[in-house]
Amino acid sequence: MAKILAVDDSASMRQMVSYTLKQAGHQVVDAADGRDALAKAKTGRFDAVITDVNMPNMDGITLVKELRALPNFKFTPILLLTTESAPEKKQQGKAAGATGWLVKPFDPEKLLATVKKVVR
Amino acid sequence: MGQFLQTFFEESFEGLQEMEAGLLALDSGDPDTETLHTIFRAAHSIKGGAGTFGLQALAGFTHHMETLLDRLREGRQAVTPEAVNLLLESVDCLRGMLEAAQDGGEADPEQAVALEKRLAALVAEGNDPSPVPDAPEPEGPQALPESHAVDSPAPGGWQIGFRPEPHLFMTGNDPLRLVEELSELGDVTAECHIGQLPAFGDLDPEQCHLSWTLTLQGGADEDAVREVFEWVEDDCELTISPLAPEGAEDEPPAAEGSPDAPEESTAAAAPDVDDEGDEAADAAVVSEAPAPSSAGHGDNGNQPPAPGAGGGNGQPRKPAAASSIRVNTDKIDALIDMVGELVITQSMLNQLGEDFSEDKLEQLRDGLGQLERNTRELQENVMRIRMVPISFAYARLPRIVHDLSDKLGKQVELKLEGEQTELDKTVMEKLIDPLVHLVRNSLDHGIEPPAQRRELGKPETGTLEIEAYHKGGYIVIEINDDGAGISRDKLLAKARAAGLLQAGEELPDEQVLDLIFHPGLSTAEKATDVSGRGVGMDVVKRNIRQLGGNINLRSQPGEGTQLTIHLPLTLSILDGQLFRVGDQVYIVPLVSIIESLQIQREKLSRVAGKAELYHWREGHLPVLRLRELFNEPDAGGELANGLMVVVEDDDRRVGLHVDELLGQQQVVIKSLEANYQRVTGFAGATILGDGTVALILDIAGLVDLAQAQRKPADAAAMRVATEEAHGEQTQ
Repeated sequence: MAKILAVDDSASMRQMVSYTLKQAGHQVVDAADGRDALAKAKTGRFDAVITDVNMPNMDGITLVKELRALPNFKFTPILLLTTESAPEKKQQGKAAGATGWLVKPFDPEKLLATVKKVVR
Repeated sequence: MGQFLQTFFEESFEGLQEMEAGLLALDSGDPDTETLHTIFRAAHSIKGGAGTFGLQALAGFTHHMETLLDRLREGRQAVTPEAVNLLLESVDCLRGMLEAAQDGGEADPEQAVALEKRLAALVAEGNDPSPVPDAPEPEGPQALPESHAVDSPAPGGWQIGFRPEPHLFMTGNDPLRLVEELSELGDVTAECHIGQLPAFGDLDPEQCHLSWTLTLQGGADEDAVREVFEWVEDDCELTISPLAPEGAEDEPPAAEGSPDAPEESTAAAAPDVDDEGDEAADAAVVSEAPAPSSAGHGDNGNQPPAPGAGGGNGQPRKPAAASSIRVNTDKIDALIDMVGELVITQSMLNQLGEDFSEDKLEQLRDGLGQLERNTRELQENVMRIRMVPISFAYARLPRIVHDLSDKLGKQVELKLEGEQTELDKTVMEKLIDPLVHLVRNSLDHGIEPPAQRRELGKPETGTLEIEAYHKGGYIVIEINDDGAGISRDKLLAKARAAGLLQAGEELPDEQVLDLIFHPGLSTAEKATDVSGRGVGMDVVKRNIRQLGGNINLRSQPGEGTQLTIHLPLTLSILDGQLFRVGDQVYIVPLVSIIESLQIQREKLSRVAGKAELYHWREGHLPVLRLRELFNEPDAGGELANGLMVVVEDDDRRVGLHVDELLGQQQVVIKSLEANYQRVTGFAGATILGDGTVALILDIAGLVDLAQAQRKPADAAAMRVATEEAHGEQTQ
């Protein structure tokens, strides 16, 4: 179905997101932080990006800005994984060019429902 | 979700370590922002994961830590020793909660609740400048992002004016997607307004110039409608008004109710959006997928469930602690390289064998030599996979030194060197306890209080230095302090008081210090709750010996103590001495051997007509006749002029009477327990070059046996076991 770039510095979250998306038939490339993700983003096109906000090396907000500057990612849906305790991140993310967000904690159904909003 | 829990626990424990290390680093001086961010991030990740994987208590507790950490990293609250210590305590509590969760239970909530209160209090204190205290944050991690306003659903539906800003596409949002989502709430009709569309020549397909009036039929409430537009709220003009009740005038054209309407209208109105989408999809198929990044962590997840442990009363049993190891991808790449070379060598030899003649002997030799090299390299590299840096064992030490020196009122600088020195994971895990004990000892008994150090002309801050490095097939760990050292006289006096030494008995200098490893001896003036009452050093020594290593101690009174630990790099290979008894070859670990000698008749004596003793180095050794023990037919039975190997375990020595000494070689240890059953007196078995099985002696077991030689039951049991083991190997 869709090719999705999943970014999280937490291995368990990354596994959960990848596994859930793959089960739903998507192709998933995962990355451990913003820098890793940006390098992988440059290797091809993706239908969507799902990224954590708090990460070492390059955080999610910076990643969104960097991705939006790439021609291939100008219109690509980018979802932020935020926590309800940091509502200002949503606004920062929007300002950086994020499409939307998914509030942690979430379960696989919520993840798939949200992804369904942006990929067909 | 269960399959990700193991990974979650592993990374959370790592996160805790990171937090702890970070907090300890903050301790000294002005806080480093980057460190604060790292600590925050670790807490944040644990919270996120805990919430996601259903560990609410954990998530709730971490939330409190995160709140304080967030304030610290933003500089809204000062990093005080109080805050650091509270956070360190919280780290401990969190660790306890994680461990409990891993075991499928829950930690005692009291400690967590108390800490949560203190964390909240500290946050409130930090808020002091503003007289209005922060309302206690009601939002737990489960709190909904928005409170539900109480508004009654409009029975008639909603009319929505949606006018996106031109840059909408650049946020990755798509009006069509929004309309589709809206249509999940009820029937939607869309009216597209093209009034803002510029002339064709001026049209910028990347901009959105269209706007819509959407009519939603049905009973959806306003919140649900707003949620659809949640992501674009700031990128559009949005009006949501209730539809006039059914039957009223001005009914919108939506009454036709064509379900295709929205798609038609948007699709036609925004062709650029779709083009973009298709193009992206095509590209995705063609473009090469980059390699997944998880190679380094690949072995963490998806542990197969342990086979049912049987029994149990319906409660799901915790699987045997799953253990995994993170392997650097470089190591795996090196292995793959090596296997490649092995395959080349093999095919070369194959070719040689297909058409072999004597003149190709030289080539065959070369090939076999290459095979040997490949095999050895492969073996070494496979071993390297199990190797982890000693920094894992170091990780707990800074915290221990921090807490202990606080408690004891001492100033100690901990220097850790050789953190990247690698050793076998199992060895490392078993090294942690002895290492912690030695560090505690050094702080408790070694390094003096500042006042005393000043009097002695030493710097007030004591130094504890731990260094690890490789030497030969061993890893060497040195633990040096510049404390008080060990007083020989006190040690001797203690030993005499404890009855370990006779009144007039003297000991050579190097043996005096060895007394410290004797069970039940402590030189501390008063026993403390820190390193206890002399239980320990003997246990430390035993643990190290069990790992096939040894520990040496040197000390200069007034100057300090140096401990040196030698440990084998791995437990799966040992340097062995091969020897023969009857027709069988046995192996004894080289480290256990003190001496091999020819038995001299005049030094033999018998006690009580049964146990044989041998006069050796000012003492007497019990002699074990292996032939008898292994139930080999007696070939003469005369000890005199035979060979004896003197072996030692934990200062207990015994002479083994053997038929013949063979070579020394490295052997790979195979578990008897896993392949057959546990046999007293044997540590395992190995396969020799000619394919036969050789049993490896367990010296500790043999020494026990020698001491209990009067108990025939044990010896008989072992005899039977030996027979069976031999029976197995000949099958």
